[in-house]
Amino acid sequence: MVRSILIFAFFGFQIAHAQQATVIKFEKLDAILKAQSDDILVVNFWATWCGPCVKELPLFEALHAKDVSNVRVLLVNLDYADQIDKVNSFIIRKKIKSPVLLLDEIDYNAWIDRVDASWEGAIPATLILNTKTGQRKFIGREVSNGDLETYIETLRKGL
Amino acid sequence: MTLTYLALGITFLFAWKSPSYELGDVVSSFSLKNVDGKIVSLDDYKSGKGLIVIFDCNTCPYSKAYNDRIIALHNRYGSQGFPLVTINANNPEDSPGDSFKEMVSLAKKKNYTFPYLVDETQEVAKSFGATNTPHVFVLKNESSNFRVAYIGTIDNNSRNASSVTRKYVEEAVDALLAEKPVATTKTKAIGCGIKWK
Repeated sequence: MVRSILIFAFFGFQIAHAQQATVIKFEKLDAILKAQSDDILVVNFWATWCGPCVKELPLFEALHAKDVSNVRVLLVNLDYADQIDKVNSFIIRKKIKSPVLLLDEIDYNAWIDRVDASWEGAIPATLILNTKTGQRKFIGREVSNGDLETYIETLRKGL
Repeated sequence: MTLTYLALGITFLFAWKSPSYELGDVVSSFSLKNVDGKIVSLDDYKSGKGLIVIFDCNTCPYSKAYNDRIIALHNRYGSQGFPLVTINANNPEDSPGDSFKEMVSLAKKKNYTFPYLVDETQEVAKSFGATNTPHVFVLKNESSNFRVAYIGTIDNNSRNASSVTRKYVEEAVDALLAEKPVATTKTKAIGCGIKWK
């Protein structure tokens, strides 16, 4: 419960200051992924230099803007941490409203399997998680319009 | 109902993958066009101790970050009978920076002394099960059979070569040259997805 409140406070902070990326380590992301709540968590892994990622971002932004109850969108940025200024100007330029976390972990092989064992190591990649049941869908490719909603509905049945 | 079956069919269609090499598999020979216009074949390397095959490209930021390290690998191991070839399988229609012309230009600019091959049909990348760039396959030559000994990434810090603490490819090749087992045989090839046709 305390953890849920903490996570909520964290996201609340993000929403209030949505126009900056927050630099985090994997343990923080891991805690977010493991925290139980009543929500479906949609986590998109992306980078400013990744064409297909940038192309699909509006789908996540649209989902975030719809403000569906029990659905949270989180954009995990994988640009190098020393390029945070580039990430922040991208967020401003593209008017990104979803919370953005810059994951500062260069040794990918140390954490990538903890996100999902089937992740082959490329982006875009998206993890949709039912934080209550632990059921998950990992998508190691670009999503198409409507995909997110379909997966969310499937995972919602576990709530 | 029919729609459900159709949807399932499509799901399976996308989930289906052609069989690709695993550790210990013997690789079939391939022949691809190099940036100098000549054909390079796996058979050309039969007199060596092995071959480092790297699926790579011009455009991916990870490929760019690793470019000098790839050149260094060839410089270090080529003379020890363990040279390197790079293969670009990206669809240039999706990624114009990976056209054959641009490949020629990069190889010239970086003074490549190893082949930079174009996999136009993407068949070689598919047979290897390469998904990303850079994606490394270290092959050990056993009496002209090339056996997969390592699959994955080059090292554990794409951003900064001086901060690397695990040089997976070097560790694998060093072990093979010393006739020892490779300690880490598989990692995830952190990089950009290959642009399929």
